[in-house]
Amino acid sequence: MDSHSLKPILACAASLLAVIPIVAFRRRPNLREASTFIAAVVKFGIVLSMLPVVLAGGTINCTVWEVLPNVSIAFRVDSFGMLFALVASSLWIVTTLYAIGYMRGLKEHSQTRFFAFFAIALSATLGVAFSANLLTMYVFYEILSLSTYPLVTHHQDREARSGGRTYLTYLLGTSVGFALPAMIYCYTRTGGDMAFSGAGALAGQVEPGVAGILLLLLVFGFSKGGLMPFHSWLPGAMVAPTPVSALLHAVAVVKVGVFCIFRVFTGVFGVGFLQEIGVANIISFVAAFTVVVSSLIALSQDSLKRRLAFSTIGQLAYITLGVSLLAPKGVTGSQMHIAMHAFGKITLFFCAGAIFEATGKKYISEMVGLGKRMPLTMAAFTIGAMSVVGLPLAGGLLSKFYLVMGTVEARQFGMTAVYLLSSLLNACYFFPIVFNAFFRKPENPDFKEVKEAHPCCVAALCVTAVCSVLLFFCPDPFFSLASLTTENSFAPIVGD
Amino acid sequence: MDIFQDIVIARFNYWIYVILMMVGLHAMIVKNNLIKKLIGMSIFQAAIILFFVSVGVKDGATIPIVSHHGHAEESAETWHSVDPGHPDEGAVHDHGHHEINPDRHANPLPHVLMLTAIVVGVATLGVGLAVSQKIYREYGTLEENELLEKLRSNDG
Amino acid sequence: MADHAPAILLIAPLFAAILVSLAGIRRPARRRIPAAPSDEPTIGGKPFESSEFPQFKEDKVCFMLTLAALTVSLVAALTMLGQVIEGGAIRYFVGNWSAPLGIGIELRVDHINALVLVMISTVALLAAFYSHHRVEEETSGRTSQYYTMFLLCAMGLMGMTVTGDAFNLYVLLEVAALSGYALVAMGDKRASVAAFNYIIIGTIGASFYLLGVGYLYIKTGSLNMIGIREIIAEQGLAESKTIQVAFILILVGVFIKMAFFPLYAWLPNAYTHAPSTSACLMAPLVTKVSIYIMVRMMLTVFGPSFAFDAIGWGDAVVLLAAIGIIASSLIALAQTELKKMLCFLVVAEVGYMVGGAWLANHHGMVGAIYHILSDGLMTLCMFLGASILLFKTRQTSISGLVDLYRKMPLTMAAFTLGMLSMIGVPPTCGFFSKYFLIRGGIEAGQWLYVVALLFSSLVNAILFFRIIEKAFFGELPAAETGHGHAAQGHHKDEASVIDEAPLSMVAPLAIAAVGLLFIGLNTREIVTVIEQTLNVLALTGGGG
Repeated sequence: MDSHSLKPILACAASLLAVIPIVAFRRRPNLREASTFIAAVVKFGIVLSMLPVVLAGGTINCTVWEVLPNVSIAFRVDSFGMLFALVASSLWIVTTLYAIGYMRGLKEHSQTRFFAFFAIALSATLGVAFSANLLTMYVFYEILSLSTYPLVTHHQDREARSGGRTYLTYLLGTSVGFALPAMIYCYTRTGGDMAFSGAGALAGQVEPGVAGILLLLLVFGFSKGGLMPFHSWLPGAMVAPTPVSALLHAVAVVKVGVFCIFRVFTGVFGVGFLQEIGVANIISFVAAFTVVVSSLIALSQDSLKRRLAFSTIGQLAYITLGVSLLAPKGVTGSQMHIAMHAFGKITLFFCAGAIFEATGKKYISEMVGLGKRMPLTMAAFTIGAMSVVGLPLAGGLLSKFYLVMGTVEARQFGMTAVYLLSSLLNACYFFPIVFNAFFRKPENPDFKEVKEAHPCCVAALCVTAVCSVLLFFCPDPFFSLASLTTENSFAPIVGD
Repeated sequence: MDIFQDIVIARFNYWIYVILMMVGLHAMIVKNNLIKKLIGMSIFQAAIILFFVSVGVKDGATIPIVSHHGHAEESAETWHSVDPGHPDEGAVHDHGHHEINPDRHANPLPHVLMLTAIVVGVATLGVGLAVSQKIYREYGTLEENELLEKLRSNDG
Repeated sequence: MADHAPAILLIAPLFAAILVSLAGIRRPARRRIPAAPSDEPTIGGKPFESSEFPQFKEDKVCFMLTLAALTVSLVAALTMLGQVIEGGAIRYFVGNWSAPLGIGIELRVDHINALVLVMISTVALLAAFYSHHRVEEETSGRTSQYYTMFLLCAMGLMGMTVTGDAFNLYVLLEVAALSGYALVAMGDKRASVAAFNYIIIGTIGASFYLLGVGYLYIKTGSLNMIGIREIIAEQGLAESKTIQVAFILILVGVFIKMAFFPLYAWLPNAYTHAPSTSACLMAPLVTKVSIYIMVRMMLTVFGPSFAFDAIGWGDAVVLLAAIGIIASSLIALAQTELKKMLCFLVVAEVGYMVGGAWLANHHGMVGAIYHILSDGLMTLCMFLGASILLFKTRQTSISGLVDLYRKMPLTMAAFTLGMLSMIGVPPTCGFFSKYFLIRGGIEAGQWLYVVALLFSSLVNAILFFRIIEKAFFGELPAAETGHGHAAQGHHKDEASVIDEAPLSMVAPLAIAAVGLLFIGLNTREIVTVIEQTLNVLALTGGGG
């Protein structure tokens, strides 16, 4: 079942190599963007070509470099990594399309740097997705933090500087302060092998008390997952240009955070071991707290991107909460939510960017009557909002359904209430925007001359909106991949 | 009194070097004048040199010059391990037909080493004097407190 | 030839130093103060062209001789590394005086110092390369004297590493130190004061070491490092007060020499005011070699079991190292001058290595030795980068480093890599040394030390992102509101503002930066080599 292949490296390197033509063609924007585009398609192609093997239950292994005795940088493509890689690489294509429209529409500076670092960030994302052990995951996690810094601070103004500071303070501070020592401690205990496995690499190797501390250190250490109290970097990072916020801060970066947390639960500790020692409850409570509080904060935000950011924090906590319940349906639900939320939230960010590009408006209170002027954008926004809230005909419903089922399965009815309450809050902070745009009078007088944004932008957001709907009717291959992962994670327990 | 004899009289060379060292160290750290500091440094180094030299001395031994041809090196090899702490170690070695009693000769190795150390000390002193000359040319003083004042006013 | 590599390593720079000083004799001594920085920006990367200081033909000869000698040393070091990996440790008796009891001087190369020697010769070569453009200006035209001292210092450092004789080590230590004092004193006005303090403190350190050697000699009757260890083991001298005093004196001596925490006062001023070329040679090497001497004393001369058990200093030294790391990181945070800040980081890094070595377990020692290598290159990278930036911007403070990513992309890219390594971002070597040190700290249960390492990483991150921010954002207009696209105004076309330093300065920096990645990616090979020697000594904790 386990096969060896260079494909994971290729998938990872595809966007890294694209940096060369991007920089080489810095004087010829068309060629530069074309090379980004080609790299995105090639990357997606490589990821897709690995799908059949993974769907059949196999894994693809590949050791890149043995950096320390017995400790290597290695890739292992399994169903969960595949799911995330699919989401990230497919959305990169769409985002590239969108970014071309957005960056040209606003005549942004330093576009070469922008595209180059974007490509590096995507390489790091896939590196995390395919990582076979804790060290590899950590390495790519750090590279991702640093390579996104120039993207977040793209505008190079005062606001960007303070946003960038917050961004790095939280991400580097937690990863160096918490995750690094915890990781090294893990290696000390297992004698140098921290490969992810269904049973958990650490299972049975550490005492319950120590395991609890390690779990907390690792979960908070990977603070890209946005768990409170280490969430403030995300709203801070909203100073970035919208394509960055869209792909990185709705999909790649934040999902890398929850991806790492998920791996910590299933790969490092193992579900069975965590059930035994019962420390995951702490994480559940923190996540539930985050879900509710971030939704409440989102309600009070007037800046559209900030509202989306807080909504993202809440939705990320859904995923963490889902896996921390340690129930099969909840685990499946969390993985599904990584995909579903990605498509929904990226649509919303694309819309926010398109509105800014077309009108220059950032605040929700100014967006009265926009529906008539930008009907496609606002229609896509509505679909995205439906998906995030979890209404029928959009993919978000499926994942939420599984998450709620998970709470029932784990007999945590308090958590059921948290999910339902927060869905209600989601609706409260999204639908007023839709209502304002379509139904409220009088229309904002600034909008007399407004037309839809750059066609590339509109095309991109339509694609993701349509995908969100399609995923409701046909959740494969994400559903199959998620089920496979769940099966593998719980197999050791059933086996006992 | 036995203790006194053991600790002070029997090891008076140690006490002298320690006292000299402290004098030097005191001058290096406490004195205000840079030249005095350098003098302290010289005393400090001289103390260590004296210590080494005193280690090679033996009761009733003479200078280590062997009159037989071709055996100077080998005999040096034999002697190096002789020292006051371990008199029994310097057993008599038989070098062919000549018999040399190391007890009758002082240990030359520490002395040879100290020739090098003296050269090093002189060189250090030279560099130190050169640098203090440079300081004087630049700041017009060799007193540390005045120097610090000038440095501070330059910063301000 | 290859059999004599240990001797060639030292002879090449020694002879070159003599030739270089001879080459300088013909030239009239000129005493002049470098002109104040002109208002005109330098053009085309050729600052201080011949009109200021006419390039003498002898200067060229000196430079070429220096490069040639250091290249020979590098080749010799690499040859020895190859030999050691294949055939185990080398014992080389100078002049073939193979007296086992210690009359002849032995050069001894094991796996660890073979690696250290490669690092030293590489760093010296790169620093020499960098110095080409700057020597004339920084030393007021005393090129041949400068290169003489440079070569002697490099020779002394290599000699300290390679020698197997305790007294010979003292002599070479003084050779390196004396030429080092001269190298520092050639700097700006304040350099002479810094050099004077350095002389005083350096001499105290060296004298303590010499005294320690004296005690060792009294008790064992040998000066040969291996001989001493064998005698200590055979005669069961581990309990002897004399040997313990000797160990303590030697330790105090090297602690002063390496600027270990409370004894670091000489270092920041000396390296800040020294000519940048001297700082690039000395900052990476002097402290690192002293640490290697400590490791050598612990492992080869006294043996690990004596070092860790006999005087029971382990916990205290590690504690001091941890306090030192935290304190010097904090002091670094308060600095506004770039070079001063780097100097305090050098002091913090000393704490890393001393702490690691005294953890008394396998991973700690591996980490300390590995960090000697990686930190040597890292410090070189930082000092080269800082010197180039300060040279181009004519500033000394961090706040002046504005908008440099645009002006000097190559320099900044390499400098950034160095900074990331200092922070400890994978896959640079800085990460792996931290990995080993933290792992050693955890295994030894020295939690304060682990916390200090993490704290210092975070402080480094703050320090360096302060620089990165300045360099990336440039000077922000005082009152800027809202979503400032106004910032685009001054972003001109990228090509028109690029203003790099000359290639002979940037190339060594770039090589050093790539070297950081190279070491990082080859960690396993390097660690395997280090373990070859460590395993022989059977350190507790076992290989991982």
